[in-house]
Amino acid sequence: MSQDLLNKLTESINLNVGGAIEKAELPYDFATITIHKEHIHEVLEFLKNDKNWNFHFLTDLTGFQTADEKQLGVVYHLHNMITNIRVRIKTHFDINKPEIPTATDIWPGANWMERETFDFYGVKFKGHPNLKRILNVDEMDIFPLRKEYPLEDQQREDKDDKMFGR
Amino acid sequence: MSNKPIKRTKLEMAKSPEGIEGPGFFAAKLQDVIGLARANSLWPLPFATSCCGIEFMATMASDYDLARFGSERLSFSPRQADMLMVMGTIAKKMGPTLRQVYEQMAEPRWVLSVGACASSGGIFDTYSVLQGIDRIIPVDVYVPGCPPRPEQIIEGILKIQELAKNESLRRRNSPEYKKLMNSYGIE
Repeated sequence: MSQDLLNKLTESINLNVGGAIEKAELPYDFATITIHKEHIHEVLEFLKNDKNWNFHFLTDLTGFQTADEKQLGVVYHLHNMITNIRVRIKTHFDINKPEIPTATDIWPGANWMERETFDFYGVKFKGHPNLKRILNVDEMDIFPLRKEYPLEDQQREDKDDKMFGR
Repeated sequence: MSNKPIKRTKLEMAKSPEGIEGPGFFAAKLQDVIGLARANSLWPLPFATSCCGIEFMATMASDYDLARFGSERLSFSPRQADMLMVMGTIAKKMGPTLRQVYEQMAEPRWVLSVGACASSGGIFDTYSVLQGIDRIIPVDVYVPGCPPRPEQIIEGILKIQELAKNESLRRRNSPEYKKLMNSYGIE
């Protein structure tokens, strides 16, 4: 996406959902717009339903944790297949209150992606029809991709810290 | 065609058990005869989840030909299988399935754990992978390797044949065996 197009996009977001944009960047020529958490659902709805932009396809939805470990985030990859324009929408929020409105009412395909994000990061998508673990075992009581939990299996006995640097 | 003489491996056929032989009769221990029959017609149940499963396919195919050892008949029903071959990484989510398959098998049953992942979790030292199938079911023979060559898998099966041949018919009723099963919470 070109800078001109990105400017047009941020302009129309600002017009329809005022004060929603935290920042808009163009890393590796890929439009990336960070949205304040409170406005995320409105913005997504606008991007999907607006006649000009019409990002009708949700390519991907996943989570991330910021480097200071205090914030969680969700990233949406949107695609308009008619004009072949893509955009990446990000939002972030406090790790102690990981709540965000669901996108399943906008793109039904968000259902499993949100379950996966909940499974690995513990993001609670409010309004999701069936928010439970999708890939990990149901008995798991941690969110394994959060930095506070170790990657290694803690039950393993044949590796010790001396030799394997655990 | 080359003129090289074909090198033939000297194969030992299954030996008849010790016994008393005379004209028209042969007397041996029932246990030995049953052991002989069991060992040379083990029906494997392949539980192949990753690359070790590919090595198993080579083991079954013509080059290595597991059929030479009486195991050509794969049983995809656990109820008719004698030997559970676990080949590959078992994720924690797969654990209950593997255990159910094992529980559905009829006695006598043996378990062969093929490769590093099935035996110990292998390189997958991570939250989602079972760190060795012996955490949920008892294992008779472990085959090391990542993945092991077909020769090694055959060696493991021969070890299980040895177990089947020499096992007491009453072993599965013994208190030790019941204790082992109970330690896994089976029955």
